[in-house]
Amino acid sequence: MATKVIANKEVEVNDEGYLVNPDDWTEDIARAMAEELGIELTDRHWEVIRFVRNYYKEHGKSPTMHQISKGAGVPTKELFKLFPKGPAKKVARIAGVPKPEGCI
Amino acid sequence: MKHVVILGGGTAGTMVAHRLAEALPSREWALTVVDQDPVHYYQPGFLFIPFGIYTPRDVVKPRKALFPPEVRYIQSEIEAIEPDKNRVHLRGEPRTLSYDFLIIATGSHPRPDETPGLLGDAWHKTIFDFYTLEGATALHRALERFEKGRLVLNLVDMPIKCPVAPLEFLFLADWYFHERGIRQNVEIVYVTPLPGAFTKPRASQVLGGVLEERNIRIVPEFYVERVDPEKKVLISYEEEEVPFDLLVTVPIHYGSEAIKRSGIGDELNYVPTDKHTLKAREFDNIFVLGDATDTPASKAGSVAHFMVDVFVPNFLRYIEGLDLLPTFDGHSNCYIESGFGKAFLIDFNYETEPLPGMYPLPGVGPFSLLQESRINHWGKLLFRWIYWHVLLKGKHLPVPARMSMAGKWA
Ligand SMILES: Cc1cc2nc3c(=O)[nH]c(=O)nc-3n(C[C@H](O)[C@H](O)[C@H](O)COP(=O)(O)OP(=O)(O)OC[C@H]3O[C@@H](n4cnc5c(N)ncnc54)[C@H](O)[C@@H]3O)c2cc1C
Repeated sequence: MATKVIANKEVEVNDEGYLVNPDDWTEDIARAMAEELGIELTDRHWEVIRFVRNYYKEHGKSPTMHQISKGAGVPTKELFKLFPKGPAKKVARIAGVPKPEGCI
Repeated sequence: MKHVVILGGGTAGTMVAHRLAEALPSREWALTVVDQDPVHYYQPGFLFIPFGIYTPRDVVKPRKALFPPEVRYIQSEIEAIEPDKNRVHLRGEPRTLSYDFLIIATGSHPRPDETPGLLGDAWHKTIFDFYTLEGATALHRALERFEKGRLVLNLVDMPIKCPVAPLEFLFLADWYFHERGIRQNVEIVYVTPLPGAFTKPRASQVLGGVLEERNIRIVPEFYVERVDPEKKVLISYEEEEVPFDLLVTVPIHYGSEAIKRSGIGDELNYVPTDKHTLKAREFDNIFVLGDATDTPASKAGSVAHFMVDVFVPNFLRYIEGLDLLPTFDGHSNCYIESGFGKAFLIDFNYETEPLPGMYPLPGVGPFSLLQESRINHWGKLLFRWIYWHVLLKGKHLPVPARMSMAGKWA
C-alpha cells in the first residue's frame, strides 16, 4: 500500500493501483486513472462508471461483468470496446472500487 | 392466526421451517412451504458423482418427508409475489396464498442458456455441467470413457454457488485420472474470468502453487462469449479461442424466475437484502435467506445455515415489536477437497478474508493414497448423513462437531 497524488489529491492505493478507500474517489481521479489506462472517457463510459459506483455502495462489492452489462444496460461486446482487456477490473479501478474477486 | 410463508424448500427453507415450527406456538402461527420440485438434492454431493464416489441415489430424498408435521407443504411452481398485497401467486393449487411474513429461499440456479453454444446437440455429450444431477450423472459416463485428450473446466462468471467447487472439481479430476493410470494422457485446463484461481492475498499465498504442482494449466481473465460445439472451442469476447475435447462448464447463476416475475430482484434476479439483518431492503415483512439474497456472502449451504442461525432469534424479537439486530456477519466456511485424500478448510466473513489452514483430516499423511481416499470417502458419507439428519432438521450441531462438521459441509 502506498500514498499517491492523483489529480492533485493525495490518496491511498494498493499494489495494483486501486483506491484503498472508495470514498476518496472524485471525477477527476476517474479521469486521471482512465488516462493511465489509455482510455478517454465518453458519456457512455460515465454511465458504466456511475453504475459501478452505485452498485458498490448498495452491495458492498464490485459487480461482475454480467452484472455491469445487465445492470447498466450495456452489451458485453460494447463493454470490451469501452474498457478493453478486462472491463470489470478496469472500470473498477477507474470507479475507485476494489477489483472484483472470487471468494478465496 | 398469523401466517408465515416460506418460498423454496431447499437447504435454507427446510432448516428455517424446522426452527420456526419449534419456536412458534402452532395455535397462533401457521407455516407453509412452497417448492416446485418433489425431490430434495444434497447438492454438495453432485461434485463426487462424476468420479463415481457417489451415485445419484446418494444425493436425493423425497422433499415432503423432510418437513416437520406442523408445516404445510405445497408442491407447486411459484408464479410471483405481490408484496403490496401480501400474497403469493402459485401455478398449482391453491392459486394464491396470503401471508403476514414471507421468507424467500428460492436459491440460485445455473443458466447454461445464457451462453450461446452450450445447450444443443453437444450438451451432455461433449459439453457437461456438474451443478445438476443430470449433468453430473452424464459427466460420470463420459469420464469413464475418456482415455486421452483435453479436459477444460470453464467458469463463465461469478456469482456461482459454492465458489470453490470448480477448484475441487479440478483436484478431483487430477486424482481420478491418476488413479486410472492415464493422467499423463489427459491435459487439464482451467479457464476463468478471474485474474487467477485464488484472488485473495492469504489464499493465494497458501494455495498459490497448488495448480502447478498438479499440472493443471490456468487461462485467467477469459470471458467466454460463446462456445462452438462443432469446432470444440471456447470463444471469448475478445475472440481468443481455447480448444477442448471435453468441456465442463460452470454456467452463470441467476436467482429464481419467480423473483424476476415479481419485479423485486436485481439484474440477476437476486433480492436486495440487508446484509446484516437479512430483511428485504424494500419490504418490512419479507426476509431472504440462502442463495436468493444479493449480499456479498458466498452462496453456500454453510452460509444458509449460519443465516438461519441468526435469523430465527432475530425474527422472534421482531414479531414482539423489537428492532432487528444486525447480527449476520457474512460468516462462511468452506471445505476444499483437494484430492488424494487431502483437504483445506477456510473460514471467513464480510470483513475478514479467508484465513486458510490445513484441515487435519484424520489419517492424512502417513497413510497411502488408497487408504486416504477410503478415509475421505467415509468422511463424506458421514457429512452427507449430518446434512440429512442434523442440519436440514434444524438441529443445532453439538459444539465440538460444529467447527469441523460445518467446515466440512461448507
Ligand atoms: C456442485 C455443488 C457443490 C456444492 N458444494 C457445497 C459445499 O461443499 N458446501 C456448501 O456449503 N455448499 C455447497 N453447495 C451450495 C449449496 O448447495 C447451496 O448454497 C444451498 O443449497 C443453498 O440453499 P438455498 O436454500 O438457498 O437454495 P436451494 O437449496 O437451491 O433451494 C432453493 C429451492 O427453491 C425452489 N424454487 C426456486 N424457484 C422456485 C419457483 N419458482 N417455484 C417453486 N420452487 C422454486 C427450488 O426447487 C429449490 O428447492 C454446492 C452446490 C453445488 C451445486
